[in-house]
Amino acid sequence: MHKNVTFKGWLLPALLLVPQLAVTFVFFLWPAGQALWQSMLVEDPFGLSTQFVWFENFQALFHSPEYLHSLKVTVVFSLGVAALGLGVALLLAAMADHVLRGRFVYQTFLIWPYAVAPAIAGVLWLFMFSPAVGVVAWLLGKVGIAWNHQIWGNQAMLLVVIAAAWKQVSYNFLFFLAGMQAIPRSLVEAAAIDGAGPGKRFWTIVFPLLSPTTFFLLVVNVVYAFFETFGIIDAVTRGGPAQATNILVYKVYADGFVGLNLGSSAAQSVVLMGIVVLLTAVQFRLVERRVQYG
Amino acid sequence: MVENRPLYTLMAHLVLILGVVLVMLPIYVVFMASTQAPADVLRAPVPMLPGAHVLDNYGAVLGRGLERASSGPVGPMMLNSLVMALGIAVGKIAISILSAYAIVYFRFPLRMTAFWIIFMTLMLPVEVRILPTYRVAAQLGILNSYTGLILPLIASATATFLFRQFFLTIPDELAEAARVDGAGPVRFFKDIVLPLSRTNIAALFVILFIYGWNQYLWPLLITTDPSMNTIVMAIQRMSVAAENEPEWHHITAVAILALLPPVVVVVAMQRLFVRGLIETEK
Repeated sequence: MHKNVTFKGWLLPALLLVPQLAVTFVFFLWPAGQALWQSMLVEDPFGLSTQFVWFENFQALFHSPEYLHSLKVTVVFSLGVAALGLGVALLLAAMADHVLRGRFVYQTFLIWPYAVAPAIAGVLWLFMFSPAVGVVAWLLGKVGIAWNHQIWGNQAMLLVVIAAAWKQVSYNFLFFLAGMQAIPRSLVEAAAIDGAGPGKRFWTIVFPLLSPTTFFLLVVNVVYAFFETFGIIDAVTRGGPAQATNILVYKVYADGFVGLNLGSSAAQSVVLMGIVVLLTAVQFRLVERRVQYG
Repeated sequence: MVENRPLYTLMAHLVLILGVVLVMLPIYVVFMASTQAPADVLRAPVPMLPGAHVLDNYGAVLGRGLERASSGPVGPMMLNSLVMALGIAVGKIAISILSAYAIVYFRFPLRMTAFWIIFMTLMLPVEVRILPTYRVAAQLGILNSYTGLILPLIASATATFLFRQFFLTIPDELAEAARVDGAGPVRFFKDIVLPLSRTNIAALFVILFIYGWNQYLWPLLITTDPSMNTIVMAIQRMSVAAENEPEWHHITAVAILALLPPVVVVVAMQRLFVRGLIETEK
């Protein structure tokens, strides 16, 4: 944390810090404070009168079936995205770790989706599953499954999970592969000499040694599903049908910007900030541990 | 490896090829759709081979836009996206490297306080504080401007943290030598620290360019003037209009145009990208 050799003076470092701190105050801390303050106010829709109500907005929130439903939807969505994204990436990374030839080529093709914006990823998968023209919807129709995510909530959820996980596979793949390559060859080779096959080696040596990476990625994936999938939801389902994919981040936007329910939207923002702080704290604990053992 | 299992290796390749096919499938299908005549995209399944309308479709969206979705031409939107992505990437790197330098190479009161304040920004994504941030931007009068698109997003805890970690690995002897030779902090930064940080800056640039190009919610909120739209935010409006009267041959072309620049950056600078990604999470 400390440099033994430093320069003197306080004016120069202060000047160097000003731009970053100014942006942080004006666009991060001040708005966050505003959200906190607003979350304790009730305002009529025309903004004519405001009343300070302490935690009433929060109380109302946690008694609202709609909000609790949204919370449930968010949990299902994040678990789906994390399970699918991590599972596929782990399989692909294990295979890429095994092959000697072509690893870089496979990697090149697998990291593309990371660069695609969530909203664009949503449009790509919307087109694949479009009930009218989509290739996948058409194939499903051939085997007797009627696909229409505009009507059935479960199908809509499946579609946004696929789109979100597709984007995240690249990231998970790179971290799993890096994790696997950091495992000492001698361990795996010793097990091979003792007669353990690839499957056994994976589950008894590679997977346990990979667990710090896996936990870290689990948190990253949940954070991603909670906060960075706004574009996917907005492009594919807009929270529908019948609230089936209305995740928390989307609800804040819909209630605040479209519904103009400012107090409730601010209270929702505050709850989300709480979740972010919690998840980030967990993430840093994990990073610390990873550094220690790695 | 000490053993040779040709069957397992074959299976590994097959799984990887299947994975690559699944990952690439949506991009392939959408690209094929963007080369077809309007009528061919209207019935399932969409042709799996390239059509003859590449120039028609891409020319139309770039120059004229989608008529039924009443959106403007996509060319200027791409320019807006480019300005925004470059502005965010350069801005974040510039203010982060300066603040990291101040935190690592100086002793001054409230140094750790400054570090923690910057660190807190990491915890507050735009998505959770959209309304108040929008209000601040409106009060400052930066709606519908490049300043509004770029400035609120350029504080970066991640980049500051990365530069800090890197500066801590620079040997003290360098600073010592510079001081003995009479170089002040500004000179040391310009002649030693900046050149040493080149690889880190490049790796970070790749990640931040993608971050900037792919912004969605923020431009959606603060640009009401169509001439300030970015391509990523505009596509949602097009696909909404498409539900009623599908214009898929054009929407797919816009999607390809929107994903091409960041994808090219990632593929062309793969090594830097992988390095940047894994470094920023440490």
